[in-house]
Amino acid sequence: MTELVIIGGGPAGMSAAVAAYENGIRDILILERDKALGGILQQCIHNGFGLHKFGEELTGPEYAWKYEQKVQELGIPVKLGTMVLDITEDKVITATNEEDGIFQIQAKAVILAMGCRERSKGALNIPGTRPAGIYSAGTAQKYVNRMGYMPGKEVVILGSGDIGLIMARRMTLEGAKVHAVCELMPYSGGLVRNIEQCLNDFNIPLKLSHTVVKIHGRERLEGVTIAKVDERRKPIAGTEEYIPCDTLLLSVGLIPENELSKSAGVSLDRITSGAVVDQNRQTSVEGIFACGNVLHVHDLVDYVSEESEIAGKSAAEYILGQNQAEKVHIPVKTDGKIRYTVPQVITEKKDISVFFRVADIYHNVTINVYDDKQEKVFSRKKLKVAPGEMESIVLKSAAFENAAELHFELEVN
Amino acid sequence: MTRELTCIICPRGCGLKVEIEDGKVVSVTGNSCPRGVKYAEDECCNPMRTITSTVRCEDGRVISVKTDRPIPKAKMFECMKMINSATAHLPIHIGDVIIEDVFGSNVVATENA
Ligand SMILES: Cc1cc2nc3c(=O)[nH]c(=O)nc-3n(C[C@H](O)[C@H](O)[C@H](O)COP(=O)(O)OP(=O)(O)OC[C@H]3O[C@@H](n4cnc5c(N)ncnc54)[C@H](O)[C@@H]3O)c2cc1C
Ligand code: SF4
Repeated sequence: MTELVIIGGGPAGMSAAVAAYENGIRDILILERDKALGGILQQCIHNGFGLHKFGEELTGPEYAWKYEQKVQELGIPVKLGTMVLDITEDKVITATNEEDGIFQIQAKAVILAMGCRERSKGALNIPGTRPAGIYSAGTAQKYVNRMGYMPGKEVVILGSGDIGLIMARRMTLEGAKVHAVCELMPYSGGLVRNIEQCLNDFNIPLKLSHTVVKIHGRERLEGVTIAKVDERRKPIAGTEEYIPCDTLLLSVGLIPENELSKSAGVSLDRITSGAVVDQNRQTSVEGIFACGNVLHVHDLVDYVSEESEIAGKSAAEYILGQNQAEKVHIPVKTDGKIRYTVPQVITEKKDISVFFRVADIYHNVTINVYDDKQEKVFSRKKLKVAPGEMESIVLKSAAFENAAELHFELEVN
Repeated sequence: MTRELTCIICPRGCGLKVEIEDGKVVSVTGNSCPRGVKYAEDECCNPMRTITSTVRCEDGRVISVKTDRPIPKAKMFECMKMINSATAHLPIHIGDVIIEDVFGSNVVATENA
């Protein structure tokens, strides 16, 4: 029996482990399939991490190293090169590595911290062939930054998420020509600072409301045809433009990696593709917690660390049987303009931070929270909200004292 | 003259309005913190950027590096040339200087190897 098993040794898993240790748990094990700790940060060599958490600007590997050092100092055991294959509702974990073969561990509590993966090109419906030279932006990032290998010289990027923007700059600095970044939506999903320093600095055009309509080439990519799209995101005939290129990068979003959560019987949220959790980041299965990108996609790793500290602390309290808070069950609902919230359910009477994302760019909004009796329990104005930026508010416990349900609504003025 | 900029110092990305007279910044608005003013002044007179990249090690693998302070934006590609012609000697610890004196900065390792 192991008290706490953490699946995944990225920033989420490491932060959760440190928090659990600091809250009194000693019998912890981190299982990580890669040969090193750090998760995806190992390949995010650009800076911009840690401003919020450490007050200094770090690169991805430097941010990960801060936590890796803590894990080492505290002597928290880690099994690297270990792939978790299955988790049951009773918290029996099946894993495999070269040394131990296939083995099982019974845990008292489990923290899911498996991160996310990129949406793949298979998920996209682009007509034409499937020649070599089409990569997800994250795969290209791994090639360039970890393996020191450039996938191509003439590049088009589909999707303006942050990873795509970062790779536009990275490949340009390494001597490639990035012809365009095409974005289906009329706005970019990336941070404005990345549009400024990754595209504008290098005069790379950002083509909003554009998509790739055809892929050309048999063995190797030879070019793509792009076109403008209308409000319904359908290509407009006559706007096609051919761009010769040997590389197409897809930066079309991330999805939480939840195959294991499903086998553990954890309920998933249709919108986030992550687990449904309460304010402690506990899933629908008691003693199984989730944090980081496996729960919902974060744009800033600093928030991943914060969320994971909550999960680690809560797991510790669960193991030690310390959680004495008064129990309630208050589902949190959204109006569609607000797409989702984390947590999706409140189970304790205490002040709670609620994180959420909106569906579109809205200006001059009021974030309102109502209870089931239509009583307004929270209200705050904001100049602008955007899908690319996660929002958060703090709900005082007094606000939902008598509520059976809470409704998050966005009023657009 | 008025220039509109996006502050890139932190993820908030404030939109800045900068008034420039005789090549000097006389007022900055739109910033949420004082660092925005400094950014606007630098950006109008002497734009600077931090470079992050990789350096090849003697055993063939690559390690991640950065300039330990921003360098002039106009020198980015020259800086990349220097980074790409360097070889790093193992073992390497985070913060080790890989190339000295690169346009007022040092290129330092951002991972261990
Ligand atoms: C390609 C890419 C680039 C990104 N760039 C940025 C960026 O520039 N800035 C930023 O703030 N955020 C970025 N993100 C978001 C970033 O993922 C998060 O900020 C943060 O790294 C998430 O931490 P995590 O620990 O939840 O996930 P991860 O860092 O993905 O860590 C999850 C870990 O779990 C392990 N794992 C998964 N499944 C198993 C299993 N079955 N058994 C054992 N181990 C397993 C993985 O190997 C991995 O090490 C990026 C994400 C991706 C995918
Ligand atoms: S002005 Fe301050 S808050 Fe705004 S982007 Fe710049 S550093 Fe960030």
